[in-house]
Amino acid sequence: MLKNRIIPCLDVKNGRVVKGINFVDLKDAGDPVEQAKIYSDGGADEICFLDITASNENRDTIYDVVKETSKKCFVPLTVGGGVRSVDDIYKLLNCGADKVSINTAAVQNPSVVEESSKKFGSQCIVVAIDAKKNGDKWEIFTHGGRKETGINAIKFALKMEKSGAGELLVTSMDKDGTQSGYDIELMKTISESVNIPVIASGGVGTLDHLVDGIKSGASAVLAASIFHYGTYSVNEAKQYLASKDIPVRI
Amino acid sequence: MNVTIVDYNSGNISSVINSFTEVAKGTVNLEVTSDLNKIKSSDKVVLPGQGSFKSCMDALNSINGLTDTLDEFVINKKKPLFGICVGLQMFANVGHEETETKGLGWLPGKVSKIDNKNGKYKLPHIGWNQINIVKDSKIFKGVENNSHMYFVHSYEFIPEDKDVISATTDYSSNIVCSVEKENIFGTQFHPEKSDKVGLKIINNFVNL
Repeated sequence: MLKNRIIPCLDVKNGRVVKGINFVDLKDAGDPVEQAKIYSDGGADEICFLDITASNENRDTIYDVVKETSKKCFVPLTVGGGVRSVDDIYKLLNCGADKVSINTAAVQNPSVVEESSKKFGSQCIVVAIDAKKNGDKWEIFTHGGRKETGINAIKFALKMEKSGAGELLVTSMDKDGTQSGYDIELMKTISESVNIPVIASGGVGTLDHLVDGIKSGASAVLAASIFHYGTYSVNEAKQYLASKDIPVRI
Repeated sequence: MNVTIVDYNSGNISSVINSFTEVAKGTVNLEVTSDLNKIKSSDKVVLPGQGSFKSCMDALNSINGLTDTLDEFVINKKKPLFGICVGLQMFANVGHEETETKGLGWLPGKVSKIDNKNGKYKLPHIGWNQINIVKDSKIFKGVENNSHMYFVHSYEFIPEDKDVISATTDYSSNIVCSVEKENIFGTQFHPEKSDKVGLKIINNFVNL
C-alpha cells in the first residue's frame, strides 16, 4: 500500500535556513545540509527546500546547498523558489534535486510547466499553488504570496494538471504561519478536482493537523515550524499518524 | 571492478550518480559516460532513465552504436546490467507512452499506463510503497520482504514471462517493481532515493 508522506520543509535564504512567519519576519537558524540530513535520518519521506528570497537576491547559493545535500541525503529532494525558466529547472535537477517546484513562473508563463514536463518528465515537476480565500472561492497569489492574480485556484490546479504537472503543492496563505491547521476545505476541493497527488501545506501547529491534512485527501503533508523548532520529530509525527490508522512508512 | 552508469541524456541522473558514488567509495571504479569502449570494457552497467519511454529510447538511439553495444554487453557477454525506472521499462519489446515505441526487447513484454480505476488512484504513483518479494533475487540479499521503496511513475512493465518478476508492489493492482533474469536486473522503484535499504540494493548489485 502506498504510504502517506511527511515532508519537512526548510525555508532557505542566502544558503541559510530560516523559517518565515507569514512569509515575513525571518529568523536565521542553521545549515540546510545538516538540517536535511537530520530529517532524512529521522525518517522524512522527502525533503523540501524553499528558496524564499531567490527571486530578488543571489540565487547561486541554493545550487551549492542542493549539490551538497544530494550527496548526503538519499531520499527525494524537492526544491522551489525563484524558478523562472526551463533552464533554472535543468540547473536544479543537475545539482541533484529530484523535483522542482514552480510557483510564479507557472502563472506568468504556463508553457514553462508544459515544456519542462515534456523535457524532464512530469515526475519532477511540482506546481506550487499559494491560495487565499476570497468570498466562497480561492484565489492564487504569486511572488511568495505578495502578489494577487485574480485567478481561481481550482481552475488553475486543473490547468496545471493538464499542462503536465506531476504534483501540486497547495499552500493556504490564510493559514500559513498561524499554526492553526491546514485549510482543509481548500485541500479537499483541490484533491477531489485533480487526479495527480496533492501536498498539503501551510498552518501546521499540532500532529492532529497532519492527520486532518491526510484525511482531506492530500497524499502528503508538508510542515516547517513544528519540525524546525523541535516541537515534534518526524518520527513522532509518523508514530502519531500510524496510531490514527493512517498508513505511513516507519 | 569497473561500473559504468550510462549517460545518454535521459534526464536527471545526479541522484543515481550520488548513490553509486556513496556505495562505491574507494572500492569500485565508477564511470559516468556514453563512450562505447568504456561501456564494453566495463564489468557492470547501470541504465538509468527518467521522463517518458519514448524520450529515453530516442535518447538511446540517438547515440550511434549504443543500443548495439548494450545488446552485446547483456545478451552475448551476459554481463550484469541494472535498469532503474524507465531503464527497466526499456527492457520490454514495446512501450505505449506518448506513442508506440520499440524497446530493447531483452525481456518480452510491454509497458502500459497504470490503470487508475477511474480516478480512484492518483497518477503518478508517487511515494513510498512496500515491495512484495516473490523470488530470491541477488539484489535483495539482506533486504527484508515488505521493505519500503520510493516510486515515481505512471507506467508499468508487464512481462510475458512471469518468472522474471522478483517483486511486486500494490497500487491499483500488483505492479511489477523488480525483475531478474540471469544477468539482467531492474527496479521500477528508485533505489537511489530509497534511503538505506535502497543503498543496500545498489551495494548488492555492485558486489555481485
